[in-house]
Amino acid sequence: MADQPKEVKLYGHGFSGYCTMVHSALKLKGVAYEYVEEDLQNKSEALLRLNPVYKKVPVLVVDGEPIAESLVILQYIDDVWKNPPLLPEDPYQRAKVRFWADYVYQKLVPPVYRIRTSEGDARKKAEEEFIANLITLEDGIREELWSAGGSFINGEKPGLLDVIMGSCHTGFKYLEDVAGVKLVEKDRTPLLCSCMEAFVELDVVKGP
Amino acid sequence: MTEEVKVFRAWGSPFSYRVELALRLKGVAYEYIEEDLSNKSTLLLEYNPVHKKVPVLLHHGKPIAESLVILEYIEETWQENPILPKDPHERAVARFWSRFLDDKCSLALWMSCWTEGETQQNFMEQAKECLHLLEEELKGKKFFGGDSIGMVDIAASFIAHWLGVLEEMAGISLLDEEKYPNLCKWTEEFLKSDAVMECLPKRANLLASFQARKQAISATTASV
Repeated sequence: MADQPKEVKLYGHGFSGYCTMVHSALKLKGVAYEYVEEDLQNKSEALLRLNPVYKKVPVLVVDGEPIAESLVILQYIDDVWKNPPLLPEDPYQRAKVRFWADYVYQKLVPPVYRIRTSEGDARKKAEEEFIANLITLEDGIREELWSAGGSFINGEKPGLLDVIMGSCHTGFKYLEDVAGVKLVEKDRTPLLCSCMEAFVELDVVKGP
Repeated sequence: MTEEVKVFRAWGSPFSYRVELALRLKGVAYEYIEEDLSNKSTLLLEYNPVHKKVPVLLHHGKPIAESLVILEYIEETWQENPILPKDPHERAVARFWSRFLDDKCSLALWMSCWTEGETQQNFMEQAKECLHLLEEELKGKKFFGGDSIGMVDIAASFIAHWLGVLEEMAGISLLDEEKYPNLCKWTEEFLKSDAVMECLPKRANLLASFQARKQAISATTASV
């Protein structure tokens, strides 16, 4: 690899699942990086300059060039550091992975937000929506991507969907405490549960 | 071998248009299946059970849904006339702006044209911010993709064609030439492309469709 970037800096926040995704991807790829914890109530001038469009974390800065939006960052990391690959080789399989990755953002993230910020009936509806959509994700992955024999959605090694869902695992647990309701259950979504658990148990992900 | 590639589309959809444009830019022959969105076909629902929407690309009988996902697939499958840069950072920038168009921009532009009063004012403010960001991103470039049409340009085709029609229907102005000269120039350049023009829905038809929809909404609210 002729042009390996030298300086990698991640601006993030400890409670952000999106930031955890980027941490996980960098660690899986063995990339050395500097981490800057942002105070989200008092965002740094650097962050606002590096992500003027959204003003959010995570932002990955590589040799001074910023990239924002977690899904964009994850694909960038996969483009630059080839091993281990987060996406399969076959274009159709890649499309399936991208489809389901997009599904997480489109269909799981909004109800999570509503569970956190609403009450009563509105929250109950959001919980039901989250559970239904998680089941759709489980069924979709089982039918289209997963093949028996690996611990991860991607197979023997974790891939993009494992990074995304595995990194949300802690956040989901926290959400269950907030909601007082089990959102992610082995009975309903056994495949996602076991893959997420396998991911968070990885030494490389647990480590500093 | 045109039967290999099929596109489930709706004639007025800017999203299915993206897919057709990308295929045409790459010289890929395809067959399209017209969907009536008020009466979706069994096939469409079978190929896209999750979202039940157009576009769906069918290649060797295998379906792919979600326009940006389809664009990435098209790029990886047919290498002529690339729509994404080779450099990873530039690719990330292209993906960022494509998602920006979908996540933030399209909604603000669309809702500006279908709402009224204070709600409309709020959407118009958001829309103008989005246009401003796109204007800045275009500085010094013929297309978002540089010298040739790329993924961001394809994703932004809504702005080049549909937006003007919506503005007319709503009686508002968003894409002001004084405020957004780069974007207006971009629109001109974009619409010079043969591939772009070949499958663009006729302006008159779009206007008639939007106006009919507007009347239907007024009739419903008037009768309440």
